[in-house]
Amino acid sequence: MKMPLAFLPEQASTLARDVDMLYLFLIGVSMFFTILIGGLIIYFVIRYRRRSDADRPAPLHGNKLLEVVWTTIPLVLVMIMFFWGAAVFYKQFRPPADAMEILVTGKQWMWKMQHPSGRSEINDLHVPLGRPVKLTMTSEDVIHSFYIPAFRAKMDVVPGRYTSLWFEPTKEGSFHLFCAEYCGAEHSLMKGWVHVLPEDEYEEWARGEDPDLAELTPVEAGERLFTELGCLACHNPASGTMGPDMTGLYMSNVELDDGRTVVADEEYIRQSILEPMAKVTKGYQPIMPTYRGQLDETQLMQIIAYIRSLGTE
Amino acid sequence: MSAQAKQENYLNAKHTVASWLFSLDHKRIALLYLLTILLFFVLGGIAAMLFRVELLTPGPAVMESETYNRLFTMHGITMIFFFLIPSIPAVLGNFLLPIMLGAKDLAFPRLNLASWYVFTFGGLLGLGAIIFGGVDTGWTFYTPYSSTYANSQVILAALGIFIAGFASIMTGLNFIVTIHKMRAPGLTWFRLPLFVWSHYATSIIIILGTPVVAITILLVAIERIFEVGIFDPALGGDPVLFQHLFWFYSHPAVYIMILPGMGVISEIIACFSRKRIFGYPVVALSSLAIAILGFFVWGHHMFVSSQSMYAGMIFSILSFLVAIPSAIKVFNWVATMYGGSVKLDTPMLYALGFLGLFIIGGLTGLFLATMAVNVHVHDTYFVVAHFHYVMVGGMVMAFFGGLHFWWPKITGKLFPELLGRITVVIIFIGFNLTFFPQFIVGYLGMPRRYHIYPEEFQFLHVLSTAGASVLAIGYMLMAVYLLYSLVLGPKASRNPWKAAGLEWTTPSPPPTHNFSEPPVVKFEAYAYDEEEVYQDDAEPGDKGHG
Amino acid sequence: MADGQAHTPNLAHHFDSMDQQRESSSLGMWLFLAQEVMFFGGLFVAYGVYRFKYQEAFAVASNHLSVAWGAFNTVVLICSSLTMALAVRAAQLGDKKRIIRYLVATILLASLFLGVKGIEYTEKYHDQLVPGPTFQYEPDFDQYAVPVTAETAHPNFAGHVHLFYSFYFVMTGMHALHMVIGIGLMIWLIVKAQRDRFSREYYAPVEMTGLYWHFVDIVWIFLFPLVYLVWRH
Repeated sequence: MKMPLAFLPEQASTLARDVDMLYLFLIGVSMFFTILIGGLIIYFVIRYRRRSDADRPAPLHGNKLLEVVWTTIPLVLVMIMFFWGAAVFYKQFRPPADAMEILVTGKQWMWKMQHPSGRSEINDLHVPLGRPVKLTMTSEDVIHSFYIPAFRAKMDVVPGRYTSLWFEPTKEGSFHLFCAEYCGAEHSLMKGWVHVLPEDEYEEWARGEDPDLAELTPVEAGERLFTELGCLACHNPASGTMGPDMTGLYMSNVELDDGRTVVADEEYIRQSILEPMAKVTKGYQPIMPTYRGQLDETQLMQIIAYIRSLGTE
Repeated sequence: MSAQAKQENYLNAKHTVASWLFSLDHKRIALLYLLTILLFFVLGGIAAMLFRVELLTPGPAVMESETYNRLFTMHGITMIFFFLIPSIPAVLGNFLLPIMLGAKDLAFPRLNLASWYVFTFGGLLGLGAIIFGGVDTGWTFYTPYSSTYANSQVILAALGIFIAGFASIMTGLNFIVTIHKMRAPGLTWFRLPLFVWSHYATSIIIILGTPVVAITILLVAIERIFEVGIFDPALGGDPVLFQHLFWFYSHPAVYIMILPGMGVISEIIACFSRKRIFGYPVVALSSLAIAILGFFVWGHHMFVSSQSMYAGMIFSILSFLVAIPSAIKVFNWVATMYGGSVKLDTPMLYALGFLGLFIIGGLTGLFLATMAVNVHVHDTYFVVAHFHYVMVGGMVMAFFGGLHFWWPKITGKLFPELLGRITVVIIFIGFNLTFFPQFIVGYLGMPRRYHIYPEEFQFLHVLSTAGASVLAIGYMLMAVYLLYSLVLGPKASRNPWKAAGLEWTTPSPPPTHNFSEPPVVKFEAYAYDEEEVYQDDAEPGDKGHG
Repeated sequence: MADGQAHTPNLAHHFDSMDQQRESSSLGMWLFLAQEVMFFGGLFVAYGVYRFKYQEAFAVASNHLSVAWGAFNTVVLICSSLTMALAVRAAQLGDKKRIIRYLVATILLASLFLGVKGIEYTEKYHDQLVPGPTFQYEPDFDQYAVPVTAETAHPNFAGHVHLFYSFYFVMTGMHALHMVIGIGLMIWLIVKAQRDRFSREYYAPVEMTGLYWHFVDIVWIFLFPLVYLVWRH
């Protein structure tokens, strides 16, 4: 049995220090109040102990100034906690634009990851040191939660939605990866390791041992699917009003035939593949068939990756 | 024995089984409730001990994952829905509220009895779920796991909780009407004991919150039976909507559990400091503030659930605000002791234990309201430790403190004071040993509801299990001496603690209609500076405490 | 507090006066209704979320409901509220015969409502619109004024229609359950009235049942437009 050597887990991402600083501040405030109140209690118990049954208490029933003071001081303290916490949270929630994207699918009880190079892995996640990484995640069954304690990073993985999580590793090594949302019988086995490698080693790893045998990148896989499924038949500039061109579609504003305008983000593209009639682009016929049941979550993310690679507006 | 010893009281008025099972007397119904919830407390405790033993080793030791999952679910469901929520209101509140108000009974005695039957029926369904294979969803019933994927007795458990919810609505409704309409002459709102104030606030939450979880949990059951798809993403449903509806009740439910405990603590601290609670109106109104604000913070359970970041920020700031009234209460309790006449009898030791543990529980609540830290500790043992500090360290300490404080009044017997004091110390040490390591292991990254865990966390888990054993010994010791006192304990006088309050002006145990003469209230609550309010009338053969 | 009332047989032992007793039951009833509002409120909020999410599907699904039956039932229920109010009025006047007469009328109207509901449910059953594994739905858009270009041709459109019917059955079912309980209460009142239990001084049970009944009525007043009148022009 090993004794834990520290009270903080390893700090292996840029945000770990921020979170720990905040944590230590909270511990400081907590210790101050615990000792203050605990000390007062002990002091009062001794100082004002009942010496005889005839003891008469001092008639002191309240003090407005005191009430105001001990309302205001905690209020100020918790507002500091709020703003500090919100500031760090804001950073946790917004991945940098240049983050490398890895696709993650959760299912009972394993994690599937696919790297931009095309290499995919299960329950292990290799990432480069010193580069922001963004995970785009979804679930095939119940709600899971992707949790890397050393990075102080966690996000639920929800069926029917995309969630994302980002981090920038600052330390080489292997770190725990857990599923943090209870997901059934083998919930506690839905875990693995995050391996942080130096950038060049990661690149080498990502290419695989034999570059010729390496799997397709998500973009390439998406492009192949796009061709194989016959999407190009309509979605090319020559098709007229059959289907909109995909070039520059990602993150553009799309005007719909019912007058609404939506942003063509991942959710929109996913929905358009699975439920083509939900949001039909203005000026096009509502003729696209659904691909629900033909594509799994990983393939969907590959097609989205391909469409994204065709540029943004 | 004097003539008064043979006086008729609510316990010896009638002896048949039917006179208990169909009693409309709030005091007898309180005892029925007490027996029922203690049964669930023991069940939940056994489940906890079993999985604590399992957690001694990182790998599987004595059970399979499926068993482990059923045990922690059983622990959560029995402890929360069938012990904590009814504990203080349905037992101590039921017994004391009418007496504290100077009334003969609650406003609706039949509704009160019905509530016990409804509760028991719900409890039996819950037991049925355990007997017929158990439930493995966790007490939170998150969809779509609970509604589509779980392969266990979810429907029975959900119906049990749904039905038990109505028992608590009946109790809450009864309390509000009784407090509004049945106060003795002279008992104005700001003369009410804080126990009554806290039950008033609790009842408001029960009335407004419980129906929402009732319909939510019913929808889960309906979804399982009829496959209606309301929370199933495959049919267009939204699993996260369940979390919103669930926490809309289940966060306020935390206050349903803790507010009555705070009421008990106010009574005890005032009595054993012989002082009126410092800042009485502030403490009274802070209960209402908690009840109201508590309805707007549910989203802090969902910071990483894919809820919008800005929604998260709003829930975070409101969560910080709800901490303020709790802090005010703590400061006022401590200030009450200042200049008082403090005596460390068993109930006061429970109250001080409550203060110590509740401070830690409350302060770690701030960690969880801080979004950036919450992201890291959400769904880890840190959360487990936090809510056990509030629920067990706070609520359960208050419940047993109150049980000891009013034991002479309820049973007419005195318990062995020395054993009582020793037990508090054992429980306090056992509790901290069980749950403090969980804060550490939680921040180190140990997720909750894990059957198998990495080796480096083992040391802290062993500490925790050791602490749980100490805690269990404490509870068992308490059971032994309380049962002993029932049979062989000396007879209690009317007011053994020399406490102020209407309940201490009537004999122990009280007569069926509570008072021989309808009381008239002439003083503020806790008028310990008026000597006549806390006189005892110990007779030869009776014994006061200390 | 009038002392003269202290020994009325209808005064429960733990109350001091009839006034206190009446005020208590009235406050209790209002609190009960408050929790009912929250109960239905939870359902309405969940319905609202999906109504917003799948607007067209819900509109089309709603078009399969019979507005005529719904409107008819609305009128029936409002009439039953009237007869209920008259029963309460009769109770206040201590008119036993009228209490019974109006309560019977209310029960008849309520049964009529439930009968119509039964017809509607049966229709849905034959159309295979009852949620669950037997649910079958083929959208026929020509019939409706819903633009085909919208969500209507959604591949999971049937799923969303299914969702609408899930809510339809849960919400109207809950409402019907409340009505059945109300009918039970009224039968109990009739028995009590028959035995001359009510008087000018004591009629709280009638009044409280009346409050409950009006609440059940109001729930329907919200349900009707919410599920029947979506996308009607």
